[in-house]
This record gives sequence, structure tokens and C-alpha cells, in this order.
Amino acid sequence: MERRVRALRTVLAEKGYIDPAALDVLIDTYERKTGPRNGARVVARAWVDAEFRNWLLRDATAAIASLGYTGRQGEHMVALENTASCHNLVVCTLCSCYPWPVLGLPPTWYKSAPYRARAVKDPRGVLADFGIRLPESTEIRVWDSTAEVRYLVIPQRPPGTDTLSEEQLAACVTRDSMIGTGLARPP
Amino acid sequence: MKQALAAPPGEPRDESGPIFREPWEAQAFAMTLALYERGLFTWPEWAEALAVEISAAQTSGDPDLGDTYYRHWLAALEKLVAEKGASSPEELTRYRRACIDTVAG
Repeated sequence: MERRVRALRTVLAEKGYIDPAALDVLIDTYERKTGPRNGARVVARAWVDAEFRNWLLRDATAAIASLGYTGRQGEHMVALENTASCHNLVVCTLCSCYPWPVLGLPPTWYKSAPYRARAVKDPRGVLADFGIRLPESTEIRVWDSTAEVRYLVIPQRPPGTDTLSEEQLAACVTRDSMIGTGLARPP
Repeated sequence: MKQALAAPPGEPRDESGPIFREPWEAQAFAMTLALYERGLFTWPEWAEALAVEISAAQTSGDPDLGDTYYRHWLAALEKLVAEKGASSPEELTRYRRACIDTVAG
């Protein structure tokens, strides 16, 4: 595989389609600078700032861009708010569309066929596999990502976090809680 | 099922999630972004190419648990690059051979 990639990179660089140095910068950005911490900051802001929350629900793309997280595949974002009566779960049944600028790279299970198939057919069972049991009265909505639309789940704010700073709140927001396969953790 | 959903053993990851398993995966990922930004293809075209590769692999018996993901990714990228006229299967094969020679030499 290494050799196949090297051949492709060499061809494309020689023809001027790509700049190998720019590739290294891209990789560094995705490995270190972006990732679920960006999404966690978005969620924490929505928890403490009602105006930002409303903006996020109305126009997630613009609200997220205002925090500096833009680009590439995250252009068309939709934020989904979890409440006591409704839990949102995100999947990409076709392949593995994922909001990279806010969540980084998708975990392996997100890309797996069993998750992609079962999230739609049996979301409650999938959540149970992740250790989450919701009351029967809670509706579970499953959202299928596409090349055009990416979803970010805003988990419920954990109880007993009234005195926490925005930064401390962001630490409660896990990657899985923003996909819907987890809940925000208590501090 | 449970095992399929949990992280497969051996997947390098840190607290915030997975990282690339091998350097070539990161290279394949970054090349795709770079070519998209250059306008070689659109995201819907890419998503379709990747979906075709994944479903073809499933048909031929890949359990598709996520660990073979970047193999499908690379195959999709090679095909799309050829389709868009940026290279061809023959040219890529020639360069692969050249890589062996370089390494051997």
C-alpha cells in the first residue's frame, strides 16, 4: 500500500496537481489541531450562551465558522440538540461522511458496515452496545449524513455543572456524545 | 456486534480518537483533500467513488469492519484520478515499478 501511495503522490506532484509540502501541513492539521476538541468548544459555547445556541440551531455552518472552524468537508453543517424527549444519532449509511473540521477523523466503528446498517434498523440496540439506555419515552432520531450535509449533535448538559467555566464544560463533551453514541460526561 | 462497534485491537488512538494506522493512510487522506481543493472532483463525486469501492469490497467478502477502510479509500482515489484524466492505471503501475527500483537501488 505504501508503494501504491508513493506512486500516486509522485505522479500527481510531477504534474503539479499536489504539493508534497502542503500535504504534510494538511496531515499535521488533521492529526493535531482539529479533532473532537473543536466540536467540544462549539457545544460548550452553546451551553453557556443562549444566543449562540439559537444561532447554531438556525445556521450551524455560520455559527461554527465564527469560532474559526471552517473548511473542506464541514461547509454545510446542521446542529441537532438532544433533549430529555429526543436523542439524535448520526450515521453515514453510504460510506462515512463525517464533520471533519469539528470532530477530526472518524473512529473505525463509525466506518464499519455493522454500525452503518444497524444504526438505522436498531438504534436503541446500538446505543445499548455503547452502554447507553434511554427511557422508552425518549424518541431516537437517526440522521444519515451525505456529501452535502454533516451533523453535529449537541448533547444534554450534565447536571451539576452550573459553576463550571466554558473550558471546563468543553472537557465534559466527548467525541461520541457529538455523534450521538455517547452522553456528555459529568465533570 | 458489540465487538464490531468497539475499537478493533491495534487501532492507534489517543484520548480524542483514532489516528492514522500507518503513514500511507494519512498521505491518501491528505491527497484527497488537496485534489478536492484544486477542483479535480467534487465531494459528491468522491463520496460516490468511495461508496462504490466499499460496496464492491463487501460483495467480494470483506467484512468491512473499518480496518480496511483506507484500502478502499486509496482504490477509490486511484480510480477517480484516472477518470479525471490526471493519471491512468498504466502510468500508476509504471511508477509503482519505478518505486521498487528506487528502493532496491
